[in-house]
Amino acid sequence: MNGLSDDVLRIHRKEPRQVLPRIQVVGSPPFCNEKTITAHRMSQQGYVATPPYSQAQPGMGGYPAGFGSAPAQPLYRHYGGPPQSFPAPPTGMMKPVSSPSGMPPTQVPSHYGSNGQQNGAHPQSYPAPPYGQPPQSPYHSTAHQGPPPAQQLTNQMGAMNLGYGPGPMQSHQAPPTSPLIQQPFQTTPPPAMGHPPLGPPPTGPHSSQMAPPQSPLAGPPMGGPPSMGGPPPMGGMGRPFPGPPPPGAGGFQQPGPGAAGPPGYPQQLQGQLGGQMAGPGMAGPGMAGPGMAGPGMAGPFQGGAAQMAGPPQKKLDPDSIPSTTQVIEDDQAKRGGQVYTTNVRGQVPPLVTTDYTVQDQGNASPRFMRCTTYSFPSTADLAKQCQVPLATIIKPFATVPKNETPMYVVNHGETGPIRCNRCKAYMCPYMQFIDGGRRYQCGFCNCVNEVPAFYFQHLDHMGRRVDFYERPELSLGSYEFAATLDYCKNNKPASPPAYIFMIDVSYANIKSGLVRLVCEELKTLLDNLPREDGAESSMVKVGFVTYNKILHFYNVNSALAQPQMMVVSDTAEMFVPLLDGFLVNFQESCAVINNLLDQIPDMFADTNESETVFAPVIQAGVEALKAAECSGKLFIFHSSIPTAEAPGKLKNRDDKKLINTEKEKTLFQPQKAVYEQLSKDCVSQGCSVDLFLFPSQYVDIATMGDVPTHTGGSVFKYSNFQVDMDGEHFLSDLRKDVEKAIGFDAIMRVRTSTGFRATDFFGAIHMNNTTDVEMAAVDCDKAVTVEFKHDDTLSEETGALMQCALLYTTISGQRRLRIHNLSLNCSAQLSELYKSCETDALINFFTKSAYRAMLNQPLKTVREILVNQMAHMLACYRKNCASPSAASQLILPDAMKVFPVYLNSLLKTGPLVGSAELSTDDRAHQRLITTAMGVEDTQLLLYPRLVPLHNMDVASDMVPAPVRCSEERLTDAGMFLLENGCSLFLWLGQACPPELIQSIFNVTSFAHLPIDLRSLPELDNPQSKKLRSIVDSLLDQRPSSMKLLIVKQKDRSEMLFRQHLVEDKGLHGGASYMDFLCYVHREIRQVLT
Amino acid sequence: MATYQEFIQQNEDRDGVRFSWNLWPSSRLEATRLVVPVSCLFTPLKERPDLPPVQYEPVLCSRANCKAVLNPLCQVDFRAKIWACNFCFQRNPFPPSYAGISDVNQPAELMPQFSTIEYIVQRGPPTPLIFLYVVDTCLEEEDLQALKESLQMSLSLLPPNALVGLITFGRMVQVHELSCEGIAKSYVFRGTKELSSKQIQEMLGLTNPAASGPQGRPVAPQDPAATCRFLQPVHKVDMNLTDLLGELQRDPWPVPQGKRPLRSTGIALSIAVGLLEGTFPNTGARVMMFTGGPPTQGPGMVVGDELKIPIRSWHDITKDNARHLKKATKYYEALANRTAVNGHSIDIYACALDQTGLLEMKCLSNLTGGHIAMGDSFNTSLFKQTFQRVFSKDYNGEFRMAFGGTLEVKTSRELKVSGAIGPCVSLNAKGPCISENEVGVGGTTQWKICSLSPSTTLAMYFEVVNQHNAPIPQGGRGAVQFVTQYQHSNTQKRIRVTTVARNWADAQSQIQHIESSFDQEASAVIMARLGVFRAESEEGPDVLRWLDRQLIRLCQKFGQFNKDDPTSFKLSESLSLYPQFMFHLRRSPFLQVFNNSPDECSYYRHHFVRQDLTQSLIMIQPILYSYSFHGPPEPVLLDSGSILPDRILLMDTFFQLVIYHGETIAQWRKAGYQEQPEYENFKHLLVAPLDDAQEILQTRFPMPRYIDTEHGGSQARFLLSKVNPSQTHNNLYAWGQETGAPILTDDVSLQVFMDHLKKLAVSSAA
Repeated sequence: MNGLSDDVLRIHRKEPRQVLPRIQVVGSPPFCNEKTITAHRMSQQGYVATPPYSQAQPGMGGYPAGFGSAPAQPLYRHYGGPPQSFPAPPTGMMKPVSSPSGMPPTQVPSHYGSNGQQNGAHPQSYPAPPYGQPPQSPYHSTAHQGPPPAQQLTNQMGAMNLGYGPGPMQSHQAPPTSPLIQQPFQTTPPPAMGHPPLGPPPTGPHSSQMAPPQSPLAGPPMGGPPSMGGPPPMGGMGRPFPGPPPPGAGGFQQPGPGAAGPPGYPQQLQGQLGGQMAGPGMAGPGMAGPGMAGPGMAGPFQGGAAQMAGPPQKKLDPDSIPSTTQVIEDDQAKRGGQVYTTNVRGQVPPLVTTDYTVQDQGNASPRFMRCTTYSFPSTADLAKQCQVPLATIIKPFATVPKNETPMYVVNHGETGPIRCNRCKAYMCPYMQFIDGGRRYQCGFCNCVNEVPAFYFQHLDHMGRRVDFYERPELSLGSYEFAATLDYCKNNKPASPPAYIFMIDVSYANIKSGLVRLVCEELKTLLDNLPREDGAESSMVKVGFVTYNKILHFYNVNSALAQPQMMVVSDTAEMFVPLLDGFLVNFQESCAVINNLLDQIPDMFADTNESETVFAPVIQAGVEALKAAECSGKLFIFHSSIPTAEAPGKLKNRDDKKLINTEKEKTLFQPQKAVYEQLSKDCVSQGCSVDLFLFPSQYVDIATMGDVPTHTGGSVFKYSNFQVDMDGEHFLSDLRKDVEKAIGFDAIMRVRTSTGFRATDFFGAIHMNNTTDVEMAAVDCDKAVTVEFKHDDTLSEETGALMQCALLYTTISGQRRLRIHNLSLNCSAQLSELYKSCETDALINFFTKSAYRAMLNQPLKTVREILVNQMAHMLACYRKNCASPSAASQLILPDAMKVFPVYLNSLLKTGPLVGSAELSTDDRAHQRLITTAMGVEDTQLLLYPRLVPLHNMDVASDMVPAPVRCSEERLTDAGMFLLENGCSLFLWLGQACPPELIQSIFNVTSFAHLPIDLRSLPELDNPQSKKLRSIVDSLLDQRPSSMKLLIVKQKDRSEMLFRQHLVEDKGLHGGASYMDFLCYVHREIRQVLT
Repeated sequence: MATYQEFIQQNEDRDGVRFSWNLWPSSRLEATRLVVPVSCLFTPLKERPDLPPVQYEPVLCSRANCKAVLNPLCQVDFRAKIWACNFCFQRNPFPPSYAGISDVNQPAELMPQFSTIEYIVQRGPPTPLIFLYVVDTCLEEEDLQALKESLQMSLSLLPPNALVGLITFGRMVQVHELSCEGIAKSYVFRGTKELSSKQIQEMLGLTNPAASGPQGRPVAPQDPAATCRFLQPVHKVDMNLTDLLGELQRDPWPVPQGKRPLRSTGIALSIAVGLLEGTFPNTGARVMMFTGGPPTQGPGMVVGDELKIPIRSWHDITKDNARHLKKATKYYEALANRTAVNGHSIDIYACALDQTGLLEMKCLSNLTGGHIAMGDSFNTSLFKQTFQRVFSKDYNGEFRMAFGGTLEVKTSRELKVSGAIGPCVSLNAKGPCISENEVGVGGTTQWKICSLSPSTTLAMYFEVVNQHNAPIPQGGRGAVQFVTQYQHSNTQKRIRVTTVARNWADAQSQIQHIESSFDQEASAVIMARLGVFRAESEEGPDVLRWLDRQLIRLCQKFGQFNKDDPTSFKLSESLSLYPQFMFHLRRSPFLQVFNNSPDECSYYRHHFVRQDLTQSLIMIQPILYSYSFHGPPEPVLLDSGSILPDRILLMDTFFQLVIYHGETIAQWRKAGYQEQPEYENFKHLLVAPLDDAQEILQTRFPMPRYIDTEHGGSQARFLLSKVNPSQTHNNLYAWGQETGAPILTDDVSLQVFMDHLKKLAVSSAA
């Protein structure tokens, strides 16, 4: 080790300087400023990504499919035999590169591998160690692993050299490495992109050095794009991800033979972090010194790149790598506060984080539908080639700001909505009226239909109906139809839905005080049941059940003086014991209900029943709704794993030994068929299940959450619930959940114009067939991600049209059809596609597909697939769209420039990370809640907002601008708020000014802060008020409530906080952003070669 | 010497026993030739106001397989303090407590007037009586209301320490918890799922998990607190229960057009039985089931819920077209047997216009000594008073009900017991005195009678086993001892011992004596019970034929006639009424299904096999009184000839009480003469039968259907169907002067019947 490290060190030292120069050279790429960006977009910078990953196409298809299920296997194979499988897609790509690459693979692996190992071995040691430059050292150290350490070393050395001077690098394995390095650098540097920081000067030197290497390497790559075709690349492509396996595997995975992938990353992170964080430690070696400042910045980048080169340590300037916060800020600055008019086909909407107003002029608001790209490739081949997933995230009930027009309801009377005879698409702006208005041609299937007499209208000189602006279905992207009886179950008018509250009254819940809390809350909460706009009171009926291992139903008929309890102990065959009086109008039965809610906590106060049932509880709810012939929602407040003898009984199967094995996936698979059947029953009755869990130990959320996540429900989890700590958190969740807008018993169908079709659906849904998305309920926070595939060639002229029709029952029991229409462009130019990509939507898709895939594949494979696909996407860009540049340059399409940080973050999320330190339930929970997330939620989840508060402007209403999620951004004297939609932290630096502490917490200094700080005291001073208002407004915006955790620097609890700093190395494994970029870069290069 | 009439009466009054023969033929052969077997009607708990119970244990014969109780027939050696068992001749020393016994100081059980004696004994702690109401909620609002009121009222009639429980059913079954404060709590069961007793107890939370777990044994009941949740002392919960009953709602599940409400009677009963089985086995308990219609779902369903498919009729049954009949009957029989084993009884109060499935459910009451009451609606005085009368009290202010009875029969050697017919089940107790020849429920010396009332009467059949050539010692007597152990309604355990003896007579030399010892009333009832018992399992015509043959044989045996000369036929006084009883029995609903639904037949038969002799006779041959200006009220012949225009008739058939106003009377009444002062005598005439009817109504259980009708009234059919159709449309003018009312029937009249009988009796061909 030492010997090696020494060598490495040397190399590194040399490199740093060089690195800088390189960066400069690279400068121009993606990251740059917008100006540059635009330029880039044009495809100048693109990396050439050979493989099309995104789509399920054959080659790539592996991916999508992989997640799906059957495809999975193919994927496996691909991966398994990395080179082979992939070959196909990549093929033809980068001959040029390939040639050099031949060597690289080995190197690459080694590097990574080494990293991995080191991390594994002495993650922390790095920083301080002699290596001086942690980052590099890790890498180098990686070498250890290499069976023949010596060789690896040499390799590395070579790499290092490369890093230094391209020359050496190249000479050895360098070729690949060097390119990588360079690329990363370049990417980072892409000063052009707007991260000029990289400082051209340094580039100079580097560039010079780099240049040589680049020229050879880069040259080819650049040219590559065209040249991509070369077979070799294929191999490369295949490998990128998979590639790693063999070599990559060696390289990447090697690190942690077992954990391979992740550890690899982590190490890097550590290395870098160490370097950066520790500053001294890292920098120590010298790299750091500069590193911190300019070099430091560069360092990281290079680090990435450096891996190859070795220079990494010196690092790129972290600021120089694409910044999510910057992107968000820029978009906000550019499009914030503006009106987004949806009259243009294929128009890319503002980011989800941007504050804008939508004016519906024929396409659905991006709040309802947001696509991964707004320009579809016109052929399946292209789609396959670029691998960019074609998907739409549909949030049919998205909340619309007050200043936007609410949904119009169109009533076509008894005939019902007008639909195309052939494809059954609903009347929409894409229907072309012809023949003087007597007929219309369907925009989806091209069928020509007669216009019903009552609907006839003359056309104007433009060929538009005269009543165009009077009819929402002709002029708007989103609107509703009143449905006729044909659209109702059994042709009977629907009835208003019912909410059933089912409270576990076993010992645990009684003891924790939860039962009393829920009962108290319900008394007031039920006054706020959702109601139709303008309605005086809610039509929603309510019912109550308590249970432990038997169920108690309550008759709360308004005619009764006292509620009546009916006990059902026959949990084997659940049924509802009463009809009248179970589901009642809250207002009418208010007195009886309040009486009941008063009594429930006392009735069970001395219970000693600790066993519970679960499936029968849901069954009871379904039966109740069935008996009442309505749809509805169950709110289940449950404490423990259901062990009582009854259907759906579960046993503890939380086996940490499975982690990081092929069988890890079983931890996430639901246990029993009982629950599957239950989901079906629920969906067919329109019964949504919301589960509030209060576990004190393992409860098998993977299974218990199965029904909620197939019925449009949610799973809330409050571990070790204590009323005074978590009560408010839970109650605000409950309130939001009860009050939110929602539709029931829904069926969604996504129709598309010819040439493509929806093939896969992700969400809290149930699919009985391949086209109908059934949702027991769908509320304003639930989104369905729909993936499309090509059937045929799309016409650039007509574009790609989609219509999402959602048949549902309103909160007042009316049957409606909600229609969202969206038109996209089609293009044979990939550059168009890349230009129109939406990173937030992409990551949403990736998240959901990866989380689904992990049920069927080992996590390792899933992670590999993810990185692979991204590499392919980016490589394809570089190859096809970017202007020629050095191979060492990492070129990212502007629209995707922050994609890597999201993906890296995704890889580090609990479900995918595979660490025994994480509770299985937590991982399963996160996996489940993600299934129904919309774009906003995944964006925030994967890139939390880190808001500095220590120098906020008390006078202004503005929330201080968030900073990047990295420890580096924290300052000892600072105070930060971090939130990701699930967790909310207030981080206090050790050197936090006493005045600030005083004003916020009313104690004199940091040291005086109580240990168990839980909440913000209400103090009458501007700082306190401001902070509280920020927190409040945050909580208000998010779909679910968050519990504020106050974290003191260096406290043990800081770990929780740290794992949300997604640009840093993951606590449980996973690379830092910088390392990941490097890794990706290398993958890309592999693809390209 | 008193007449046999007096002797019989005296015996009945003292011992509650009526034998068919009061002299017993001394050999088996002779006995069989008598046609009517040696048998008796025995009323175990016949009310004996003059018999104070003694407070000590009976003295038993020490022979293991005898154990007869010391009685007046035993020979006693006062000196040696030894007594000889009169059944097995074992010589037994008196127990120490009898040390002071002597000629002049005899214990009660040795005195002849104490041939029936009752002991109060100590057997474990007293357990309170239990009343478990099982209430159908699929009723019309009005009915349910009336029922609720009756139930509420009944709470005040129950012994205050009695435990009471409530189960309601409709589509589902609810077991109500009575101990809870505040919220009303009930356990609900699906109405279609059959549960084992263990499951029921588990679901009701009656099992002690610790006990049930590892050993897997059916848990011994009892955490008393747990049981008490469902069965609570009346005095504690009557407010609660009154409110609960008050809030009872009709079954809320919608009943679609063309459907019957879903009624889970079978499950409700099985839960009631399971509940008691688990908590209070072998304790006096009454399950009182109130239902307003047939079970329509789950095990024990009698008819489906489709209204277009009517409930089974006799026609369906004979055509084997009653789908659910066998299954349901089997189900209820199993349930009844379980109940009987536990010593509980089940009452059925069925009030509906249509049938309610009594045919299938009858065994529940028949085997457990429970009551069956049948009415049109719960909102009738018939039901209300019947129900009230269940809780009637005797001269001591104690309830006329006893529980958990066991009747044991011991016979002297020449006699064996063949069986019993009544509301009992066999306990399968083997002993030396069991006849191989089984009649009724036989093969045992002990029967269980889960619930007894003072009128509960069993028919006991014996067989004389003495061989023809084995002489009976002169003056020898055959003896029978009935030992009835039961739980008195005041929770005491009691034993009543009745020892009776009859002289043996040589049938060849003393046939006259035997003939005159014939108790034709008892015999008629005893034979009728046999007939009814047979009718349960055999085709109606076969039973009638059997009865006819028995009658003919009896007439041949005892009639005086010249061969082939019907006109010469004569019967002695002691047999003279017997054929007439048989005539009416043949026409009774016990044997005739025509015009009676299966449920009605079951109901009638149920009561027939448990009532005492007097009531049974009324059932066989209704009583008819006539009221007119011609004289004081008088009983008249049950004959169409008795129906005259200027008469008011009062007919008591046990099940119905019909007041029939003759044509003229009816016209007068319509004209309102009774309102006029000068016709006060007419008013009195009108009132007289009402008063008499009232008297009957006041004591009868169950309450008879009370019918006030007149000539030409539709309800007059009740009378017309009962009277002997001496005048019909066929012979209307053949009898000269028109008297009485012609009956439109093809039934034969008594006259024709007798003619035939005579002809057959004297026929040498027979």
